[in-house]
Amino acid sequence: MPADALKCKECRTEYPLEARYVCERCFGPLEVAYAPLTATGEELRRRIQAGPHTLWRYADFLPCDPDRPPAAALPTGWTPLMRADRLAERLGLGQVWVKNETANPTHSFKDRVVSVALARAQELGFETLSCASTGNLANAVAAHAAAAGLPAYVFIPADLEEAKILATGAYGAQVVAVRGNYDRVNRLVTELSADRPSWAFVNVNVRPYYAEGSKTLAYETAEQLGWEVPDRVVAPVASGSLFTKVARGFEDFIEAGLVAEGSRVPVMNGAQAAGCAPVATAWEAGTDVCRPVKPDTIAKSLAIGNPADGPYAVELARRTAGAIDAVTDAEIRSGIRLLAETTGIFTETAGGVTTAVLAKLAERGDIGRDERVVLYITGDGLKTIDTVRGTFEVAEIEPSVEAFEAAVDAPAPRVAATAGV
Amino acid sequence: MAITVKIPTQLRDAAGGQPTAAIEGAGTVGEVLGALYEQHGELRTRIADEDGEPRRFVNVYLGGEDIRFLDGLDTAVPDGAELTILPAVAGG
Repeated sequence: MPADALKCKECRTEYPLEARYVCERCFGPLEVAYAPLTATGEELRRRIQAGPHTLWRYADFLPCDPDRPPAAALPTGWTPLMRADRLAERLGLGQVWVKNETANPTHSFKDRVVSVALARAQELGFETLSCASTGNLANAVAAHAAAAGLPAYVFIPADLEEAKILATGAYGAQVVAVRGNYDRVNRLVTELSADRPSWAFVNVNVRPYYAEGSKTLAYETAEQLGWEVPDRVVAPVASGSLFTKVARGFEDFIEAGLVAEGSRVPVMNGAQAAGCAPVATAWEAGTDVCRPVKPDTIAKSLAIGNPADGPYAVELARRTAGAIDAVTDAEIRSGIRLLAETTGIFTETAGGVTTAVLAKLAERGDIGRDERVVLYITGDGLKTIDTVRGTFEVAEIEPSVEAFEAAVDAPAPRVAATAGV
Repeated sequence: MAITVKIPTQLRDAAGGQPTAAIEGAGTVGEVLGALYEQHGELRTRIADEDGEPRRFVNVYLGGEDIRFLDGLDTAVPDGAELTILPAVAGG
């Protein structure tokens, strides 16, 4: 299914497959359009199954040369899809599955979008990689550029979590901390991209290719469920790109005949933090106009006040009978805890948002007992470690059995005889 | 003193190839844009929708602030100010 054009999502004007991201006629976003499929579902399935255990097994559905997979690329994707029965039980739900994106090379789903952006950037002859980032993208751009031997310039808000800054500079990338929120950073980088045509800004001038990487979240989910589409998906919404591309991924597989005939795009539930909820607010108001907001939330990776794909996220939620919900910082912390103690997955604040929205939907009675729900956990808790500080007590003791028993009120098991130590 | 409008690369072909335009005697963002359209007629349909508002994927900034956080097209523009037009579809 080779890519054959960039097409404006608004006015459908077509452009060649170059480094461009905005329609010159109406300023609408460009996205990759593909030639019609010629292979049957059965043939495509065999090609996928013969592919590597990375997102490149879906090369037939990505905007890069399928015969030239990137040589030095960091292996990305094919992350675990875990059945989370204890989480489901706690929430009174039937079947919940967790797509664990912390298992990627830099511990977030951003490795997917950067993999595709980098591959296409190299095909187009770019030799420098850059981005505006709320943190996870910064880590991914720095790491993938290092693996490919390219210099990287990464722009972040100056108040970002320290772990995300350190885990970017560690790869040798030039980190630029901009005094201002993400929307300011994004604006600066948009301006810079006009003056630096030799740089690939993954989420600006090569954004149409970059965005395609998120479709692989859906492809993997369907394959891991035994070539089936889940009934419902809960995913975070920042720019709205991941949310809309996950749905597109399921659509691709339905159209290609890779899943049972009659399969439908899942009910799409979007998750935002109340401190930055322009899309949830638009949803609530029954409009697709997302008025920009100034973010104030612990979920910094979702702190985009002016979301590029916001209107499309609202339209998608409406079309699939889903919703876009927002949760408070306290609910986000509870969500992190709930996921960790029921699944063993420690997620960053964005995953706390997603889990908290799942809990909210369950409480509201929106989810049927017979539904199969997939929760997208997009990033790792170690990156936002401060948010769990003070949420539990550490027992510090002298190194003796008595001190342990005194401090931690646990009945000591008494055994008649012991062997060894 | 004139007001400077920074024009994004995507619109420069409709603005005689210029990266900026100088506007005199305009008091609000709406008037600045109106004067800009007078200079470069094609920019009107590219920037504004049928109601004259900036299209949903066009951002207009006055001195670094999105005009949607100010008074929109009615926002007062001081002499010597800089108005920046940028595509909204980047990032995320």
